[in-house]
This record gives sequence, C-alpha cells and structure tokens, in this order.
Amino acid sequence: MTNEAESGGAAPSAVDEVVARAEALYHDVELSSVQRWRDAHGGAKAVGYMPIYVPRELIHAAGMLPVGLMGGRGQVEIIRGDAWFQSYICQIPRSTIELALTGRYALLDGFLFPSICDVIRNLSGMWKVLFPEKYVRYLDVPQNYDPDVGGRFFGSELRSLYADLCALSGEAPSDERLRASIALYNDNRRSIGRLMELRATEPWSVPAWEVYLALYAGNLLPVEEHTALVDAYIAAARAASRPRRDNARVVLSGAFCEQPPLELIRTLELAGCYVVADDMALGRRWPEGDIEVTGDPIAAIAEAFITRSPATAARYEPHGDRGAPLVQLVRKSHAEGVVLAAPSFCDPALLEQPILQDSLDKERLPWTAFKYSENLGQFQVIREQAGTFADSIKLWSEA
Amino acid sequence: MSTPQEAASAKDGSMIKQKEMIAGHFSALTRAKAEGKKVVYTFVPGNITELLLAFDVLPVYPEINALQSGMRKKSGAYIAEAERLGHSEDVCTYVKCDIGMLKSGNFGPTGEKLPEPDLLLLSYTGCFTFMKWFELLKREYDCPVAMMHVPYQGDGVFTPEMRDYVVAQLRTEVVPALEALTGKKLDEAKLSEALARSRVAEDDLVAVLESAKRRPSPIDAYFGGVYYIGPIFTSFRGTEAAVDYYRTLRAEVDERVRLGLGPLTPDGAITHEKYRLVIEGPPNWTNFQEFWKMFSSEGAVVVASSYTKVGGVYDNGFRHDPERPLETLAEYCAGCYTNLNLPTRIDMLSRYVREYEADGLLINSVKSCNSFSAGQLLILREVEARTGVPGGFIETDLVDPRYFSAANIKNRIESYLQMIEQKRRNASTRAHAATPTVAPPRPAKKLEVLR
Repeated sequence: MTNEAESGGAAPSAVDEVVARAEALYHDVELSSVQRWRDAHGGAKAVGYMPIYVPRELIHAAGMLPVGLMGGRGQVEIIRGDAWFQSYICQIPRSTIELALTGRYALLDGFLFPSICDVIRNLSGMWKVLFPEKYVRYLDVPQNYDPDVGGRFFGSELRSLYADLCALSGEAPSDERLRASIALYNDNRRSIGRLMELRATEPWSVPAWEVYLALYAGNLLPVEEHTALVDAYIAAARAASRPRRDNARVVLSGAFCEQPPLELIRTLELAGCYVVADDMALGRRWPEGDIEVTGDPIAAIAEAFITRSPATAARYEPHGDRGAPLVQLVRKSHAEGVVLAAPSFCDPALLEQPILQDSLDKERLPWTAFKYSENLGQFQVIREQAGTFADSIKLWSEA
Repeated sequence: MSTPQEAASAKDGSMIKQKEMIAGHFSALTRAKAEGKKVVYTFVPGNITELLLAFDVLPVYPEINALQSGMRKKSGAYIAEAERLGHSEDVCTYVKCDIGMLKSGNFGPTGEKLPEPDLLLLSYTGCFTFMKWFELLKREYDCPVAMMHVPYQGDGVFTPEMRDYVVAQLRTEVVPALEALTGKKLDEAKLSEALARSRVAEDDLVAVLESAKRRPSPIDAYFGGVYYIGPIFTSFRGTEAAVDYYRTLRAEVDERVRLGLGPLTPDGAITHEKYRLVIEGPPNWTNFQEFWKMFSSEGAVVVASSYTKVGGVYDNGFRHDPERPLETLAEYCAGCYTNLNLPTRIDMLSRYVREYEADGLLINSVKSCNSFSAGQLLILREVEARTGVPGGFIETDLVDPRYFSAANIKNRIESYLQMIEQKRRNASTRAHAATPTVAPPRPAKKLEVLR
C-alpha cells in the first residue's frame, strides 16, 4: 500500500518496497514468516511474548526466535475469544486467545506474559490451563528501582528465565552468547532511535503508519534483518523528498499494549496531525540507550531496566509527577499537542488519563482524547475529532 | 427464617463488638490530627497492619471507605463526580468512588471528615489498579509515598528470591518511611507481639470459616463472611481487640453448631438449608442486603468463598510467624487471593466444592475488578469439569449502582438454583432406574454461562 494520494506525489519505489515488506508482516496473522524461519533453521524453536517489554536478548541467546504477539490487529474474527472474557475486558486478550485456539500460535514453543496489567497477568494463568504442553511464564518486573533491591530481584528473575529458555531450546547457557545478543539488539535500538529522531525532525518524510509498520516488523523478523529493514527504510524515506505539509505536531500516548488499527494511525495524519512521538510498540525501544556488553550480561540487562526504562503507565513513577514524562516528551519532540488514545477498558492507560490531562493543562498544552479497540472499523468520528484538534492547534494554540 | 426477636437478639455479641471497634477506629481518626497521631492510607490485600501498629500510626483503607459508601447509597454520586472530573467510565469504581468522596469533602463512613494522609503506603499486592490509585491520590495530598511491590505468584510459588525482594523493600523503603514519619525506630519486639496476636485471631477465623463444612452450615461464608473478615483484613489484625472479637465469634458459631442452627441473615436465621454454594468474586455493595436476600430466601447458603481470602488466605495453613517478622509479612502479602495464579485459584475453588460438599460454584463477576474477573469464565469451566457441579455466572459491580439490575440478577440466580435442582432430580432418577456396580463418570460439562 502506498501513500501517494496523501503525500501529493508518487512515492519512490524504494520506500514502497520496504513498506510493502513490513506491511506483509503486519498482515501475517498465520505467522508464516516464523514458520519459514524455523524451516530455515532446522526446526529451531520460537517463543512468543506479549507487550510491553521482555528482554528479547534472552530468547535470542538461547537460540530461539523472539516473536512479538500484539493481538489480532482487527484482522481476526473473534468467535471463541469472546466466550472467555466479559464484555468489560479489553480486546487484546480475546484476539490472542482466538489466535491460539485456532492454531495460529501452534508453532510457538513458549509464551511470555510480562507484567503490564491484571488482564495480561491473568491471561498467563489461562495459558497454563489451556496450553499445558507449552512453556508459559509470567515475567514480573520490579516496581522498585533501587539497583540493590529491584535490580537484584529482576536479575534473579532473568537468570531463572534464561535457564528455562535454555532448557527449552537445548542450548547451554552462555554469557558470551548473551553479550553477542545484547550487541545485536543494541544495534537494533540505535537504528530505531535514528528513525525516531528523523520522525521528530521531519515527520513529513516518515508517515506515522509507515514508521509503525517498520517497528511492527521487529515482532517477527530476526533482529539483524529488522535492523537492516529499519536502516533501509530510513535511507529510502530520506531520499524520497516528500512534501512538507502544515500539519500539527502531536504526541500519541496510551497505545502501549493493545495497538490501534493501522487505519486509525493513517486517519490521524489524514486529519492533519504529524505524529512526532508515540508509545506504540514501545517494547522495540526498551530500554533507552545501549545495554552494557561487557561484564555480567544478565546484570547489565537488569541495570538497564532499572535505570533506563521509558516512562509508561505500567511502570510506577517513584519520583515527581506521573504526568511529567509526557510533558517532557512533548517538549523534547517539539510537539504542539497530545492525542491521548487509549484502548477501551485499558486500566493502565485510562486510570492515569486524568493525571496526564491535568499535567498538560498546567503546561497549557492542548490535548484531545478518544478510545479505540484493535478491531475498530469506523474512523470518521476520529478523523473529525483529530481534524478539529489539528485545526485548533494551528489557529489558536499558544504552544 | 427465625422470628424478628431472634434476629434482633442475634445482633448481640460479636456484631456489637465489631461495630464498637469500627466506631472507635473512626473516632480515633477524627481526633488523629489534634492528638498528633500520624495517618497512613493503605490497601486491604497485602496490608501490613502489624507494622503500622508497631509505629502507633492509624491506617485508613480507601477500599473500605468505598464499599461503605456503596452500602450507604452514596457511591453513585461520588462516581458521577469523578467521571465529571474526567475519570473514565471503564475503570475501577472503588477508585472513582474514593476520588468522588475526596472531592466531596472526604467524609467517611461515620459522617465525620477523614484526616488527610501523612503517608501513602502503596502495598502493591494482587491488583495493578492500586498503583494507579495512589498515583492519583499522590497529586491530591502533600505527603510521601512508600511503595512495596509484591511479586505475583505466576508459577504458583513464592520463591525465596521474591521473599527477599519484599523484605528488602520493607527494610529500605517502608520501615524508613515509617521511622521518618514518626521519629521512632522500629520496635521489633512490639511488631512480634502484634504478629503473635494475629496468629491467635487467624486460628479462630479459620475455625469459623471451616464450620461451614457442617450441615447445616452455621454461617454464610460470603455475605456473613464479609463481616467476619472485617477486623482481621483491616485495622485490627494484631490487636487485642481482634483476638477478643474472633474468640467471641468462634464461641457464637460453636454454639450455633451445638444447636444445629443455620446462618444468621438480616432477616433472621436460615432454618432450611436447601443449597450449598461456593462463590467466587467480590460482592456487590450498593444492594448488598437485597443481593443476600436473593440467596437466603431460596435457602441458598454460601459455604465457602474466595472473597473472604482477599486479605489473606489462612485456611491453607499460613499463619503470621512472630519469630520471622518481616519475612512473615512478605509471605502473607504474597499469599493473598488475587496474588495467586489462575491454576491455584482453580485448585482452591475445586477443593472448596469438594470439602464443603457444595452443590455448585457461582461466580459474581464485578465489572470493576479485572484482577478477580479476567479469567473467571475459564475458572468456571475448569471447576465444573473437575467437580461435576454446575457453575453459574452473574455480573454486577462493586459500588456502581448502575450495574446492579435486580430483576435480571434474581432471575439468573433462580434459574441457576433450578438447574441444581434439576441435576439432583436427574441423579435421583438415575439412581433408582438402575443399579450399576460402578457409577458412570461424569462428562466434562460445556461452558454454561447464565446470561
């Protein structure tokens, strides 16, 4: 799919090529790319993980493919999934169960459920009951950020997890392999960081939906291939010389777990918003900066989590104001406003929304808020809301 | 049902004692600032009341205030106020009720203004929402927050590493925060004494809850149970008053057993126990007595419930250990019901069905609490399959009156009880129709959701 109509000119084929590859991965609900990887690697194993963050380095170092699971993305009809959840529970566990019960996750050998909310936490227990033949683990992450307390605990959790993963794959635990994996993921995070910088400085060059697809591809691709894809996209987008529009620069916040439909992201731009920062697929950018590649690799991953995790709703903010990191992100990315987009029934995002709104109000930063679900099919209302928001920024904003 | 005189006389003893304890606590809270006492807001699951007692500070439990507001029919207006201020209709109504109460003057259950907190003690056990709740309160009050993160038992175990993590937080976060607040060093002997008293009360509570294994059950372990857990889940665990309360309660229950009496209800005692149920999930508070009556009027007695384990699971043998004060607090926190993974919860409920000889498992799924509710439909199916008893499913909310549809709920409960009755008749017919040497195995039941 191209963005010709919206960009006002024919998109260069190099961009088309990269985006088409990423978009094919986005639509790959059957995980055929994972099957191809397994076939090419002598049947090596693959481990799925839910948002927001798991240390993929551990899976990789154990000789397996980390596979990011981000729900059905509106591409799966929910039939069985709805039988497992009440009407007031968000969409992502329904589609995740649906995908598993319909066999699309059968090629995954293990599943990791990181700490994010009570629903995903309980989903880990459901998995243990429904899929007893699979390796299933809930990964608790510390909410205490003292290296000697939370860091020590997280280190012990990671050691235990790595031992489990090695037992699953049959690989012997190896610090050397772990350090090599960390280095590869550092490369990946650096490439993504360059893409984020480009998006913040030249959002017209990298439409938000394309950036999202480039990030999403990291859920399925081996890390080296994903790094190459991101680099190729940056190069192609820079060369494309897309026209600059008079759009409002916005931060999109609240979409860290259940993902908005691709069409919704596109709708925001069509409505006149350049997304210059967001928290979609946040795990791709976690932790911030490099992880140390010398010394004890597990300790290095724990240290990075404790000291350089991005601020997000699932993480306790021990100091200052919960709204402050969002305000800082707005300032850093030179945004003119914030779109608070949270999935319906998402406790972490919705509970803190009044705090974020209050912080933005105090800074006289304009915001608008709406809810979505991953299978949302109507975007006109959001287009009108986002369009009005963008217009109001352009006409009256003091920011 | 018993006569009104019997019902009235039943309010003597433990009930009156508890009422006096609660009134005394709120009275102490009202005087707290004048008397220079420090006030700590904290949560029920994973509360560390004995430690607070050791520092002589007064706890306030926002969930308790919310449920009291629900019972006093005030929660609807408080929730509306919070939603008017921007809180989503999708999120926990305990939180919104608390915020609404705060914005409406912060008048507590006794009608007196609650003191502001000097410390927010965020014991993060079994419920993610707690974290966001105190992030919200943190903006309202000029006081510090002490965070204690209790790891979830995702694999069904509380490992030594998890325990060490919680103990380390107690040592480096919680105790220093309380020492800074009060200007006193932790008196470990005082803490151990409180823990020893907790242990005594816990023995009596377990005896009371397990009395429901008898026929007829002398207690209702859900609607009556929420009163029995009140002191030990909140401000009184570790006090002499709690020891006295549970000793009195146990004696009363023993006497009911001796006399062969059924449970007390607001309308008198249940004289004919017709159905024995296990209930999973918290109760509805806005229509609590009406809800209870839907069961008691049908002769349905709840013999075991998971909600009475939300502030501590004691019937698995856990007792606070005064010899290991911080470690035992960590283990207590980790063992609270919603901190247990789903397989453990399924095991526990299946055990209750068997040991309490229940006729069914009924789930009251509350909209507000994903910690309880996410996965309950799987729990229902699994317990049915393992025990062979029918499961039922109803939906209400904690304190949002908009989610209590009385006619609809009553209809579902009656249908569910009829289903139990039908199963009994079928079993009786089969037993008379043939005399097989070995009973055929029960087939695993399909999911039967009463909607």
